[in-house]
Amino acid sequence: MNYVFEFSQVFAAWDELLAGALRTLWLSAISMVLGLAVAVLGALAKANGPTWLRRIIDGYIEVIRNTPFLIQIFMVFFGLPAIGLRLEADEAALLAMVINVGAYGIEIIRAGVESIPKGQIEAGRALGLRPLQIFRLVVLKPALQAVYPSLTSQFILLMLNSSVCSAIAANELTAAANDIQARNFRSFEVYFVVTAIYFAMSVMFWGIFTWIERTFLARPASR
Amino acid sequence: MRSFGTNEVWFILLSVRWTLLLSAAAFAGGAVGGLLVALMRTSRFAWLRWAAIGYIKLFQGTPLLMQLFLAFFVPGIFGINVDPWGAAAIGLSLHASAFLGEIWRGCIEVVPQGQWEASSALGLRYWRQMRHIVLPQAFRIAIPPTVGFLVQLIKATSLASIIGFVEITRAAQVINNATFQPFTIFGLVALTYFVICWPLSLYGRRMEQKLALATR
Repeated sequence: MNYVFEFSQVFAAWDELLAGALRTLWLSAISMVLGLAVAVLGALAKANGPTWLRRIIDGYIEVIRNTPFLIQIFMVFFGLPAIGLRLEADEAALLAMVINVGAYGIEIIRAGVESIPKGQIEAGRALGLRPLQIFRLVVLKPALQAVYPSLTSQFILLMLNSSVCSAIAANELTAAANDIQARNFRSFEVYFVVTAIYFAMSVMFWGIFTWIERTFLARPASR
Repeated sequence: MRSFGTNEVWFILLSVRWTLLLSAAAFAGGAVGGLLVALMRTSRFAWLRWAAIGYIKLFQGTPLLMQLFLAFFVPGIFGINVDPWGAAAIGLSLHASAFLGEIWRGCIEVVPQGQWEASSALGLRYWRQMRHIVLPQAFRIAIPPTVGFLVQLIKATSLASIIGFVEITRAAQVINNATFQPFTIFGLVALTYFVICWPLSLYGRRMEQKLALATR
């Protein structure tokens, strides 16, 4: 093994890596919030909506879950202009990420809502809660508690998958890595460091999600 | 500019064989590695368990794309040249080993403790317990999540296009660069993946419902 490691050239570009990491965090955080909104609305519509709407949502879920994310990005970035919608790379990346995580999210939230016993909703009604209160306190919160682990793993997977957005040269960490290694040819060193940064970001998100669970979703202590 | 005709459609559709071949190679490699990881993860030796946990966390906590890049560049450090096919097959196999290992660990742990006790009372040692008592029972439970992961893996092979392996996604990009019909071309590719993955998803879901009924 006569390979000479040259990490200094990677660390020299620390500002690009930092900017890339921040873009990835930003992109991921926004698509998690929007994706959760899509998931909750989608699950709600799937449970209570008219048949035609349910069919559309089912179709959306199946199409997204059975095609690769990379193709979804290509469709949004290269395909949509054909029907007159031209997006910047970053916008296309964000849209593709929301569309993707929304489809998985609907199924996760639906499973959570289905886990709530009907009696609980009736009890809420008997207590005189208004429909929106029932939805928020009796349905949504316990549902989120029930599926929190699957939902957050899906979110971390989304953050990791955002690296695929480099394929359309969106501004994020992997694209920054591609730029740096195209300049100094230290491919292994660059991707090694960037992989470590992604790992640190997964650990960070995991920590944030645990904190959110303890702070906002903690169940009342059971007897 | 080339036009998008029958030849181009065939070029894309025929390259699906490389997608399928890569999926098969990654699944085979992942099955061997995954069984090893699952056995380590459920071992009575703490150091084996920790090694398996570390391996799983590492692969579940980093992007697959980075894993493929490293599979491509790490052999170069040792003076070994790998082509995109080799790097993709190795990278996806290591990736699948971590995920299948974690899935199968759960299936092994679901087998009731009494089965272990009964079989050791019958005088069976670890390997024969595993082979004749535990794994056959774990296998039944493992089918739905394994099929689910297979769908993920088939979709994941599309990332091999980024390290330059010409499977269906890469073939579509090549054709798109020459003909510039992105909506049609990537739509066709999406449809192809869907035709492969959807029946598998449905099969996995049906098996899951069957199993849920059987164990209720």
